Amino acid sequence: MAYFLIFISAIFVNNIVLSQFLGICPFLGVSKKIDTALGMGAAVTFVLTVATIVTYLLQILLVKWGIEFLQTIVFILVIAALVQMIEIILKKVSPALYQALGVFLPLITTNCCILGVAIIVADPEQLAGKLPGEALAANLLTGTLFAFATAIGFALALVLFAGIREQLALAKVPKGMQGTPIALLTAGLLAMAFMGFSGVV
Amino acid sequence: MSNAFKTFTNGLLKENPTFVLVLGMCPTLATTTSAINGMSMGLATMFVLVCSNVVISMLKNLIPDKVRIPAFIVVIASFVTLVQLAMQAYVPAIYDVLGLFIPLIVVNCIVLGRAEAFAAKNNVGLSALDGLGMGLGFTMALTLLGAIREFLGAGSIFGFQIYPENYVNLIFVLAPGAFIALAYLLAIMNKLQKK
Amino acid sequence: MAKLESSFKNMVISLVSIAVVAAAALAGVYTLTKDKIDQQKAEKVNKAILEVLPNQGAGAIIAPADTIDAAKDLIVYRAYSDSTFAPETYIGAAVKISANGFGGKFKIMVGFDANDLIVNYTVLEHQETPGLGDKMGKWFKTEKGNQDIRGRKAGALQVSKDMGGDVDAITAATWSSRYFLGAVNEAYAAIANEKVEVVTSASKQQAAPAVEPEEPKEETNQDVEPVKEMEEDHE
Repeated sequence: MAYFLIFISAIFVNNIVLSQFLGICPFLGVSKKIDTALGMGAAVTFVLTVATIVTYLLQILLVKWGIEFLQTIVFILVIAALVQMIEIILKKVSPALYQALGVFLPLITTNCCILGVAIIVADPEQLAGKLPGEALAANLLTGTLFAFATAIGFALALVLFAGIREQLALAKVPKGMQGTPIALLTAGLLAMAFMGFSGVV
Repeated sequence: MSNAFKTFTNGLLKENPTFVLVLGMCPTLATTTSAINGMSMGLATMFVLVCSNVVISMLKNLIPDKVRIPAFIVVIASFVTLVQLAMQAYVPAIYDVLGLFIPLIVVNCIVLGRAEAFAAKNNVGLSALDGLGMGLGFTMALTLLGAIREFLGAGSIFGFQIYPENYVNLIFVLAPGAFIALAYLLAIMNKLQKK
Repeated sequence: MAKLESSFKNMVISLVSIAVVAAAALAGVYTLTKDKIDQQKAEKVNKAILEVLPNQGAGAIIAPADTIDAAKDLIVYRAYSDSTFAPETYIGAAVKISANGFGGKFKIMVGFDANDLIVNYTVLEHQETPGLGDKMGKWFKTEKGNQDIRGRKAGALQVSKDMGGDVDAITAATWSSRYFLGAVNEAYAAIANEKVEVVTSASKQQAAPAVEPEEPKEETNQDVEPVKEMEEDHE
């Protein structure tokens, strides 16, 4: 039950895009069609989960060697390398999956929700602050679940937003509001709807 | 001279990173709950932007083309860490507020974008000016958005109470208000530019 | 100077040297700022401790931190007027505690005097809603209606909306207020000499109706007590 709450908290209450403001660039950029939004969401879910596990283990080494101050450099390089590796492996092992996710992978390195979540999970104090309830301790399992749930929240926000934008494309929008402004306004309304979840967990 | 001036003002108005290029949206939305927070974030980004532009411009001939992106990222990440350590040591209160978004300057598209588009092709002086202009443009945008949100949502600007708190529209300091305020600000900028 | 070719040797040399220079430079900066950062962190806790102790901690000597519950970050800092730490010289205590709030975990420091009455408190970290729940930083130490908790006895503090409560909750943030008072009660339990039944926001919902009909007399006693002490304070 406590683990289930991690999902509710990360997907609805503290949605990474709509209340934490991470990953806004892809949220605005690749959300014109539901199909692409689904692809991007799946790619982020995959990379975020794997990257969080790797950076969590790396942080243990960094702390052991007393070089935590290199965290930012090491994490971003590892994430970039990891994305490349995933791309190469997917191409060899599962061409079908590569076709679905391949185009989104290069975009993911600069998606700040990957680095953001990696930094949160690597710090036990910050991770503990994000976990609902007092029963859960910050460790690799809860960290990974948190990362996975966060990514699901990202995908959900992206798909919902894409659905709205597909309809919005047909609507008549005042000239000055066309493009980014109306997209941001829509995101604002969506964020307001998600605020209704606050306090649930 | 005119070339240098053009480079500097380019980032302020014509290619303002927030209003025209619409880059770096995460810190723009997340840290502008008040004017002072927005300004601090803008200044931290500006510092990284100027320093990384200068260093990358100096090293541009020593970095082979194929590995330029990882090399740029290492340079940028170093300066970000520098800012992180300096802020923790001297302005811990501001660091606590901005928190996660300081290390995330690394993945701010503006910084890598300018390194790639400008610093890798121009000399040190111009690159510094470009970083300064872009950084100031970003800082201005964040401060403006922060001031608007603080005024509407908390009734104050830079902490000075302007009208009583009982009349504020709280939504503007909350998450949805960030999106809505920026949407209208962009729409106004669009309108002004067309004229 | 011509641009370096993208040969394998050049790529490795340039990347490695950039990484080494960057790491070395950062190591230098890190050693320069490390002491300052540690000092700032310690100062933040120290400032909070002094702020909540009687007389702003004037003349207080703080005994080594006493960690009661590491998971809740529940730490007691007892203050004495003398470095012997004898019981007679006990001035009061500052208690740090983290608890679940409405928007996430929050951390507060609560100060108690020698009679275990609340002296002051400060919010160290929180994720409550801006403009609503985050008013907790000032609300409970503002003299207005029944919202001030300073000078009161903790242990059974509850918002006035709940049965037996007499603390005014923050407008439009009743849950944040409940969580806050629950944390204060728990902090009190950590230093209280006699064992007390702690009212936390979680236990209250189930416990309150069950306890009430069984021992109505004790309930009323507990309610009257803090009021009496407040009157004494005013005189």
